[in-house]
Amino acid sequence: MSQLHRLTLAELTGRLGRRECSAVEALQASLDQITRVDGDVRAFMSFDAADARAQAEAADRDLAAGVTHAAKPLLGVPVALKDVLSHRGQPLNCSSKILGSYRAPYDATVVERLKAAGAVVFGRLNMDEFAMGSSTETSAFQRTLNPWDLTRIPGGSSGGCAASVASGMVPVSIGSDTGGSIRQPAALCGVVGVKPTYGRVSRYGLTAFASSLDQIGPFARTVRDAALVTGVVSGYDRRDSTSIPQPVPDYLAALETASAGSRPLAGIRLGLAKEYMIGGLDPEVDAAMKASVARFVELGAEVVEVSLPHSDYAAATYYIIAPAEASANLARFDGVRYGARVEGKDPAEMNSRTRGAGFGAEVKRRIILGTYVLSSGYYDAYYLRAQKVRTLIRRDFLQAFETVDAILTPTTPSAAFRVGEKSDDPLQMYLSDIFTISCNLAGICGISVPCGFTAPKPGVPRLPLGLQLLGKPFGEETMFRIAHAYEQSTPWHRELSPLS
Amino acid sequence: MSDFNIHYVAKLARIELSPAEEEKLGTQLGNILGYIAKLKEVDVTGVEATAHAFPLVNVTRPDVAGEPLPHEAALSNAPSRSGGLFVVPKIVE
Repeated sequence: MSQLHRLTLAELTGRLGRRECSAVEALQASLDQITRVDGDVRAFMSFDAADARAQAEAADRDLAAGVTHAAKPLLGVPVALKDVLSHRGQPLNCSSKILGSYRAPYDATVVERLKAAGAVVFGRLNMDEFAMGSSTETSAFQRTLNPWDLTRIPGGSSGGCAASVASGMVPVSIGSDTGGSIRQPAALCGVVGVKPTYGRVSRYGLTAFASSLDQIGPFARTVRDAALVTGVVSGYDRRDSTSIPQPVPDYLAALETASAGSRPLAGIRLGLAKEYMIGGLDPEVDAAMKASVARFVELGAEVVEVSLPHSDYAAATYYIIAPAEASANLARFDGVRYGARVEGKDPAEMNSRTRGAGFGAEVKRRIILGTYVLSSGYYDAYYLRAQKVRTLIRRDFLQAFETVDAILTPTTPSAAFRVGEKSDDPLQMYLSDIFTISCNLAGICGISVPCGFTAPKPGVPRLPLGLQLLGKPFGEETMFRIAHAYEQSTPWHRELSPLS
Repeated sequence: MSDFNIHYVAKLARIELSPAEEEKLGTQLGNILGYIAKLKEVDVTGVEATAHAFPLVNVTRPDVAGEPLPHEAALSNAPSRSGGLFVVPKIVE
């Protein structure tokens, strides 16, 4: 059996560049691995193999004509998409029934950028319905399982993205992160996940959940691969009025400086938030954090305590702002212009029946919550107040970044939980995002990097754990540099899930 | 949250709920509203609201006609269409 599917992006482009394998072979290795393991993992909802093959053949023609990876950094690399990104001619469901047989009439900007970089873009990866969830269990279509333990959730909402990379089906996938939906599943599946700074990546063609929080980012097996893909998809786009016209640095060049010497992080100051260190943390997560801190010190970094005084209010703030924005964004699913429709005697009845039948329980919960906090008489008490607390949360981070280069946290309070364990208790599910949501509220950047495993226990295999680094606004270069230096000094990123 | 009326808010949101859904969602939302009420503890006197982390104002583009989505592509996903238009139930008698 071909082992191409086990390669990282960097290894694969090396082979493609030396013409040791073709893009068609790389794609075939992905498709073979999907056939072999996705019956169990169920990361993909669908994929168009013929369209992918045509892209791979075009990549091979480019390679034969002498096009290099310096010119097209993803030439011949299979990249899969979360089912929330528009890919022209392909289905787009957001893992919801309400979109019916919708096919995207245009490409998202990130898809255009990936294709311009030579990627073979294919597949629809399962997710929580409209990205609302932390376990991928709210998908209306299928349950994705964690490749490290098929009785557990892969995290969410981008669970399909994380599971597909963790099981070797693709070297890279693209997801979206509104409150942790990239970083949390990356941590629970043992891969790298990046949430870029708000405004760094165009959201054109991303189905909006909470527009002031949503950001697109990559999943990959290494920090280097994730940094490369972040660079490819970043940049100003006039079709997204919130995209920020700021040049995209060469993120790979930033990593080179981290490779030099035995103390590559000398001069770097990292912050540990004291508010994150009190109680409730799983002992194994705590131990992994302590070991990581020791490693950072060995690498030359200085680790100091910082304070984020409003941390305790982040979840409450998030669960006002995100549902409020969702209730407005999801008003477009009304049965008129696209998707499924349930007929009614007038438009209002048609709308209500369509939405009653088309949305799942979590989406209904959030739209109704959002409608309530925006409704007359409650707007000031909930939404406006939450936006003010959001200012305080952002200020906490900017103040901390005056003394440190990045903030260090666990990505999640515990390893992957069991299927069904929290699905009946929305509040408990919401609190599993406690370390990731502030990053979106503050609009800063974040990355999750593998930082170890739980110990195997009777009936439970070892499970991956993730470390989160939060960086300054547009501080991706430094964040990648720190994450890369850490990763290169640890063995975790070389581990592949048992299904790979 | 005693004044939270699930039936009324669902109607505002244009989502038809079964009685069983109303009961279950109503209880869950009551718990969530209880949790988010903790924001009342925060002193926000004099604090400006943040709508976006990076406020950009007056984002405009040159007033030049571009290439729109072709008519057929825009209609291609319509649940009901006729004569190049979306069809909806009758609005006026």
